[in-house]
Amino acid sequence: MGTEYILEMENISKEFPGVKALDKIRLKVKKGTVHALMGENGAGKSTLMKIIFGMYTPDSGTMKFKGKELKLSGPKDALDQGISMIHQELSPVPYMTVAENIFLGREPVYGKTGWVNTKKMIEDTRKLLQSLQIHVDPTAKMNDLSIANMQMVEIAKAVSYHADLIIMDEPTSAITEKEVEHLFEIIRSLKKKRVSIIYISHKMDEIFKICDEITVLRDGQYIGTQAAGELNQDLLIQMMVGREIKQVFHKEKAEIKEVALSVKNLSRAGKFSNVSFEVRKGEILGIAGLMGSGRTELIESIFGIHPPTSGEIYLHGNRVKIHSPADAIRHKMALLTEDRKLTGAFLPLSVRDNMTISSLDRFIKYGLVHSKSVKKACDEQIERLNIKTPNLNQLILNLSGGNQQKVLLARWLLNDPDVLILDEPTRGVDVGAKSEIHKLMSKLAREGKAIIMISSELPEILGMSDRIIVMHEGNKKGELTREEASQEKILELAYQ
Amino acid sequence: MKSQENVANHPAMLGDRVKRAGWKEKLSHLFSRYGIFLIFIGMVVLMSFLSPAFLNVYNLMNVVRQISFIGIVAMGVTMVIITTGIDLSSGSVIALVSVVAASFAHPGEYPLIVPIAIGLAIGVLAGCINGTISAKGNIPPFIATLGMMTAARGLALLYSDGRPIGNLSDSFSFLGRGEILGIPFPIIVFLIMGIISHLLLSKTKFGKYTYAIGGNEQAARICGINVDRYKILIYTYAGLLSAIAGLMLTARVSAGQPSMGQMYELDAIAAAVIGGTSLSGGIGTIPGTMIGALIIGVLNNGLDLLNVSSYWQQILKGAIIVAAVLLDSRKQKKS
Repeated sequence: MGTEYILEMENISKEFPGVKALDKIRLKVKKGTVHALMGENGAGKSTLMKIIFGMYTPDSGTMKFKGKELKLSGPKDALDQGISMIHQELSPVPYMTVAENIFLGREPVYGKTGWVNTKKMIEDTRKLLQSLQIHVDPTAKMNDLSIANMQMVEIAKAVSYHADLIIMDEPTSAITEKEVEHLFEIIRSLKKKRVSIIYISHKMDEIFKICDEITVLRDGQYIGTQAAGELNQDLLIQMMVGREIKQVFHKEKAEIKEVALSVKNLSRAGKFSNVSFEVRKGEILGIAGLMGSGRTELIESIFGIHPPTSGEIYLHGNRVKIHSPADAIRHKMALLTEDRKLTGAFLPLSVRDNMTISSLDRFIKYGLVHSKSVKKACDEQIERLNIKTPNLNQLILNLSGGNQQKVLLARWLLNDPDVLILDEPTRGVDVGAKSEIHKLMSKLAREGKAIIMISSELPEILGMSDRIIVMHEGNKKGELTREEASQEKILELAYQ
Repeated sequence: MKSQENVANHPAMLGDRVKRAGWKEKLSHLFSRYGIFLIFIGMVVLMSFLSPAFLNVYNLMNVVRQISFIGIVAMGVTMVIITTGIDLSSGSVIALVSVVAASFAHPGEYPLIVPIAIGLAIGVLAGCINGTISAKGNIPPFIATLGMMTAARGLALLYSDGRPIGNLSDSFSFLGRGEILGIPFPIIVFLIMGIISHLLLSKTKFGKYTYAIGGNEQAARICGINVDRYKILIYTYAGLLSAIAGLMLTARVSAGQPSMGQMYELDAIAAAVIGGTSLSGGIGTIPGTMIGALIIGVLNNGLDLLNVSSYWQQILKGAIIVAAVLLDSRKQKKS
């Protein structure tokens, strides 16, 4: 039999409406080792981890834990069986103490009374934190801790379940180098106790420092597993990228003219710093970078949602001050936001109202909205963008994702903007609508519009952009022309 | 008929399957839109069978006049609720408007316009404060208007020393007791304000932005809407409508009363909710709210005629409010 596996997953598949998130994934974690799981945004790492932690059930495939078949009814079941997890997003209960947070859901009680034994809880927490050398007061309110200490408490909590397998999903995203070293010490001592760890991180140096084996996923597919010693950064990136670009992008050549928007040394405290770039009329500028690299925050600042703390913005050569989205719109800018449901669509409203809400001034006659001209303008957009809706009164929430996205695009086109900022314009959109949106982008560029496109999809970035800037941890890491850009080069800049 | 044509001529015609789905959808849309109206008609028919006294012009006019005050308040409350807000201060604003306006409405002192203007100004001011505190101060409207509810009632008691202010001029009393062509004045105002509010909400930028703010406040900001300013305007309009109701109620009872309008805020919310306004925002219409108010009126009147005790009336009203919201939440779940 040779090596002993703590977790064996074979042929794991999981489908969501419209997306195959995981396709016959395999993951085998040896006892007492640290196993890294690597892959780009959307490769399927989080979905896989949620399956191991009982939050999703796989559609097919087998899972064995400690040699026995594993079937989980939920996270509580996973914890009971010996699997714990440090989640990517911190989820403390802010107004409860450290001890209460750690023992949430399994508080020690007196006998069977349900009366919480606070003294024991605090004492146990103190012992736990001491054993991990985390210097935090068990009776402190979670809210009063620094983000880094909150993260350390989360780590302590995951350890406190005495699990045999701990999933760590980006445990170092909120902590400094000193605490990373501390975390690694904790991991090493866990290894000595034969505890296994699945480690997810975007930081290459960490991976090679702490991990024994690496499994790579790409687009929901299993790519391979190798010992960390046999890999180096270049080889790993190749495994992560690997694919040839099969998709054809509707990129047409447009004449690139004068600068439309330029940004100089733009900063917002804690989000991004000293970013400078420009985008010209007729040009599509791609912004690449991992989630959390500051790309969305950057364009939110340009559009006035969260004004920058310092730096300058120029439109057509003139310095402008943008304090609110209304200012940005007045300056003929448009922003298609990343999250359609959260910040884009008005779900209870009709297609008509969703489309015209930002350009109503155009349609006012004697103080009233002139419904005939609204209808005419909407019909034009529906034809131009090939939006499929039975009529204009249809609620937008009844449309498919692609058609919703086109309605939101139409909303901005009705304003006839000079600068279009598109944040993940094709996320959650079917293939047909996706290529239609790409076609439209090319057409708009040919009409002389300046377009900024953020995308997590490298093929899309490479396929559509004339120029690409890469963000990493709030800094602009580099700029590539269409000719010199490649997936490897972008990833090298995006991962450090 | 017209929307049927729309589908047929549509550039993005989707073939038979979708057309049929569209037809079905339209039926359910029709019911979800006019369902409350059908329920209202049903109630009227039922009542006229149960009580011979119900279906005569005098009684019906009486029903509408009784709900016209609540109905007017409910129109403003509807707009506030569409933005996901709430206004608890309507009843107290009515009381404050009532005592102050009454003190300027004694015979032979001031022209009629003075008490009216002062009353309306108080309502506008109170609404403006409500809106400013909740929008600019980032305080939940529940709390902001709860504060106004308590403070305005206190001010009304303070101003009147807790006593009614009587001896009002005939011209002022006309606002509550007058008739034009045999139709009570409050009913006329109810209908006029209904038309104005409906146009405001469905045909103007103000109205579209009201729905947008309630539908997705963050998206509304990104669309360039000055959310704070419109919220203030909406609460101000609600205050204005409370003042109109307050003036007419004062005229109706011929006295300014610091205890006037108690529970009006809740009845107005009930009318809006029964009329299909969703507390989660973005959904609601003025005609719906007017029907909602009429349903409450018919229920009260009908049960009175049937000699049902007022205790039972309250219990029934409570059940109907909850049933209306239940229906609404099930409708939302379906879509």
